[in-house]
Amino acid sequence: MKKLRLPLTAEDIASLHAGDAVLLSGTVYTARDCAHKRLFELLDNRKPLPFPLENAVIYYAGPCPAPEGKACGSCGPTTSARMETFAPRLLDLGLGGMIGKGEMNEETAKALVRNKKVYFAAIGGAGAICGNAVQSMRCVAFPDLLSEAVYEMQMKDLPLVVAMDCFGESIYRRN
Amino acid sequence: MRTVNTREIGDCVYRLALRAGRTLTESCRAALREAERREEGAARFALRTVLENEVCAICEKMPVCQDTGMAVVLLEIGQEIFLEGAPLAEAVNDGVRRAYSDGNFRKSVCDPLTRKNTGDNTPACLHVELVGGSAISVTFLPKGFGSENMSALKMLSPAEGEEGVLRFITETVEKAGSRPCPPVYVGVGLGGSFDSCAFLAKKALTREVGSRNPRADVARLEEEALKRVNALGIGAQGFGGKVTALGVSCEIAPTHIAGLPVAVNLQCHCIRCEKEVL
Repeated sequence: MKKLRLPLTAEDIASLHAGDAVLLSGTVYTARDCAHKRLFELLDNRKPLPFPLENAVIYYAGPCPAPEGKACGSCGPTTSARMETFAPRLLDLGLGGMIGKGEMNEETAKALVRNKKVYFAAIGGAGAICGNAVQSMRCVAFPDLLSEAVYEMQMKDLPLVVAMDCFGESIYRRN
Repeated sequence: MRTVNTREIGDCVYRLALRAGRTLTESCRAALREAERREEGAARFALRTVLENEVCAICEKMPVCQDTGMAVVLLEIGQEIFLEGAPLAEAVNDGVRRAYSDGNFRKSVCDPLTRKNTGDNTPACLHVELVGGSAISVTFLPKGFGSENMSALKMLSPAEGEEGVLRFITETVEKAGSRPCPPVYVGVGLGGSFDSCAFLAKKALTREVGSRNPRADVARLEEEALKRVNALGIGAQGFGGKVTALGVSCEIAPTHIAGLPVAVNLQCHCIRCEKEVL
């Protein structure tokens, strides 16, 4: 299986097509519904974000607490469609891509093409395998949101499938 | 008369919750294996990962899915039992609280308006039925919301009949698409009133995958619905394929002469459901 390291280069992105399975390593930031709402409040009030957006990859996920001796608990993806209202604007502001599960709308597909970025699907329900890929993590914003806070995670070989690529192709398009 | 302290029920909820969070039901595992054999490409990769994930969860003592759900607890209490101790709901919530803490499960319950997390995954969705005898049967179903969100209820007109029911089931799964973590398990409630219809659908999800309703016409409806849903081609994770649903289970109850309520409660492929009789 193809191995990739974040941040992705333009060549990496151009080589990825919907349906490709990959193992991804590097830094990602978790954010779900509530965290996105707060990130948008910061943007609207022209305040700095808790992590640099440029080329960052957001993982739509909220982990379980870590068992003793482990960096992270179970941590699979959540349904990406709930973040459709946020993704296009973040991509236009420099977001490097997203990881989640399930289809995202046409606006998001266009923003991926426009910004030459990729949306990966992690395997929903494979929380233990995804959590095991986390080498270390720290909370970088909104700790009061508990599992919904923003965590910076170092991933090693997270198994993913390219869901929507920079050419406008989607694995979810059914004939 | 048998006397039971509600603490015993709380302890049972604790045991079942811990077990449910870390393992799939046997019938779910068998259905996933069968689906993996039938699929290819990305769908097969997804199914294989999900099967490997359960092994990983057991080895690492981690929940199979990070969405350890809202705690749905079904109690059937024999009416010849006298319950003593803390109020029943309190005892059940105590079992949930301890299991979600000790199992490193995610606390996923919050106020619907303020979105403030309750911090311990309580309260449980508790359903109590009084039955004959002196036994207590406890069912624990941790219900994830990726699939719960895509569930639907519709009050059909009686004229729409069985065909209308089948159409609504298929439409609901089609609309859900890749979002509820397919292959899904489809729980259908048929009849009753608005509220009891939804509960029938939830109850259908506590049945084993592949089991059939004892009523022959309902069993046929389950089979026909499964055929139509699998013809949608959504496949595992929405990656396309033959297996969009692992099964369809339907529970039925008499309804009003003016109505035909249908509830479709979707369950993701991580079917976690534990039972015990006290």
